[in-house]
Amino acid sequence: MRELFIQATYLAASVLFILGLRGLSSPVSARRGMNYAAIGMFFAVVGTLLNAEIITFTWIIIAMIVGSLIGAAISIFMPMTAVPQRTAISHMFGALAATLVGVSEYYRHFHGAGVGMDTVHMAALGFEVWFGSLTITGSFMAFGKLQGFIRSEPMTYKFQNFSNIALFFLTFAMFVFLVVNPTAYQVFYGMIALGLLIGVLLVMPIGGADMPVVISLLNSYAGLASAATGFVLGNNVLIIAGSLDGSSGFLLSILMCKAMNRSFRNVLFGAFGSSETAAASLASAQEKTVRSLTVEDAAVQLGYARSVIFVPGYGMAVAQAQHAVKELTDEIEKRGGVVKFAVHPVAGRMPGHMNVLLAEANVPYDKLKDMDEINPEFERCDVAVVVGANDVVNPAARHDPSSPIYGMPIIDADKARNVIVMKRSMNPGFAGIENELFYYPKTFMLFGDAKKTLEKLVTEVRRLD
Amino acid sequence: MHGNEIIALYVFVLAGFVGYQVITRVPPLLHTPLMSATNAISGISLVGSLVAAGADYGPVSRWLGAIAVCASTINVVGGFMITDRMLKMFKRDVKIEKTQ
Repeated sequence: MRELFIQATYLAASVLFILGLRGLSSPVSARRGMNYAAIGMFFAVVGTLLNAEIITFTWIIIAMIVGSLIGAAISIFMPMTAVPQRTAISHMFGALAATLVGVSEYYRHFHGAGVGMDTVHMAALGFEVWFGSLTITGSFMAFGKLQGFIRSEPMTYKFQNFSNIALFFLTFAMFVFLVVNPTAYQVFYGMIALGLLIGVLLVMPIGGADMPVVISLLNSYAGLASAATGFVLGNNVLIIAGSLDGSSGFLLSILMCKAMNRSFRNVLFGAFGSSETAAASLASAQEKTVRSLTVEDAAVQLGYARSVIFVPGYGMAVAQAQHAVKELTDEIEKRGGVVKFAVHPVAGRMPGHMNVLLAEANVPYDKLKDMDEINPEFERCDVAVVVGANDVVNPAARHDPSSPIYGMPIIDADKARNVIVMKRSMNPGFAGIENELFYYPKTFMLFGDAKKTLEKLVTEVRRLD
Repeated sequence: MHGNEIIALYVFVLAGFVGYQVITRVPPLLHTPLMSATNAISGISLVGSLVAAGADYGPVSRWLGAIAVCASTINVVGGFMITDRMLKMFKRDVKIEKTQ
C-alpha cells in the first residue's frame, strides 16, 4: 500500500513536471506552469520520505535546511547579470548529487558484505559517475570563467585535442572494463578521478563567447547523469526528469550551434578566438578609419528618429547598462519614436541571457524580438544602436568566406539607415575578429563605458525640444 | 533480459521524446528561465539522495547521501526561486494592453 502511494506521488510529479515545461511556451502561462512543477517536486519528496528504508531523518533534515538556505540566498541576492554563472554552478550541484549517489550505491553493493550488481545496473552506474564527474569539474570551470576568476580566453597547448580525445577514450575503456569486472575498485575510482580531470581540460580551451553552447551541453550531461541514477535506483521519476533535462539541454545546444553556424566538434575542439586569429585580423584593420560622434549628435539622431532598434550584446551585461537602455527607450518613445530590441540567440553568455536582463529593466517582452522576426525591419529603421555587441552584427558573416564566422546568421543592423555602435574601445570582440560594420560610412562609434554613455544620452535627449 | 530495465528504457526514451516536443515550443525569449526550470526539475535527484542519506546503508552512504541531499536541495529551492524571480519580470507592454 505504501509502495503504491509512493509510486502515485512519482507519477503525479512526472505529469506536473511536463505540464510545468509546457507552461513555458508563453510568458503568460510560465509562472503558473512552474508552480505546477514545484508542487510536483513537493509530492515526489513527500513520497520518498515515506520510503520504509529510511530510518533516520537527522542528516536529511540538516542537509535539506543547509541546502535550502544556500539555494534561497543565491537566488535572492544574486544580480540578474550573474544568471549564467548560477546556471553553470547549478549543473555542478546536479552532477555532484548524481555522482555521489552513484559512489554510495557502488560502495554499498561492492565493498564489505555487498551483494554485487548485475551488468545492466552496473552499466548505468558506470555511466552515471563517468558523465557526472566530468560535468562537475566542467561546470565548475565554466562557472569560474563566467565569474572571472579563471581566464575566459581559450587556453591552448600542443596536442591538446589529441590528449583530450585520448583521455576520453581511456575513461570509456575503463567504463567498459567496469561493466565486465565491476569489483575492480581501482578502475572505478580511477575513472572518477580521470573524469574530473577531463571536465577541466575540456572547458579550458573554450572561450567566453562559446559559453552558451557549453552551458547547454553541461545541462544535457547533468540531466543524463540524473537519468542514469534513475536506472540504477529503478526510479521512474528520476529517469523522466533526467530525460527532460537532458533533451532540453541537448536541444538548446543544437540551437546555439546553429545560431553560430558551427558544429559541436568545432565548438569543443576548435579553441575559437585564440590569439592567432586575433592578431591576423588586427593587422588588416590598421589602415581603415572609423568615425566617432559626440553624445550630443547621437542624441539628436535618436531624438528625431521615428524607429530605433537596439542590438544588445554581452557588453551591455558587463556594463550593467540595461536600466540605462530602458531609460533611453522611454525618452525616445516620449518623443514619438518606436523602439524595438533585436536579440541574437547567442548574444550574452547563455541562451536567452539578454531577454532576462532587459525584462529586469522593465522592457516589455513584446519589444524583444528574435533575429528572424526583426531582420526584415532594419531596412525601415532610422537608427540601429549596437550596445556592446560585436560578432552578431558583423556583415562579414554574410559575404566573406575567409572570415571565421562566415555563414553565421547575424542581425542585419548594417541595413539600417544609420548605425550607432557603443563600444568600450576598438578592441575586437571575443572571437577576436575585425568587424567591418565599424568602418561603414553610415556607422558612428560612441566610445566609452556603455552605461555612462547611455546616461549622458538620456540627459541630452531630454534637452531636445 | 530483465523486464524492469526494458520498461525503464521505454520510460527514458518516451520522456526524452515528450521533452523534445514540449521544449521546441518554448520561445527563445524564455530560454534562460527554461534552463533554470529544467535545472530545478532535475534536482529530483534529491529523491535518490534522500534514501542514501536516511537508510541503514552504513556511514559512507550516509555521508555521501547527505552531501548529495544538500547539493540537490540547493538546485531545487534555488532553481524554482530564481525561475520565478525571472518570470515575474517578463511583463507585457501596458500601452499595448490598453489599446487592445
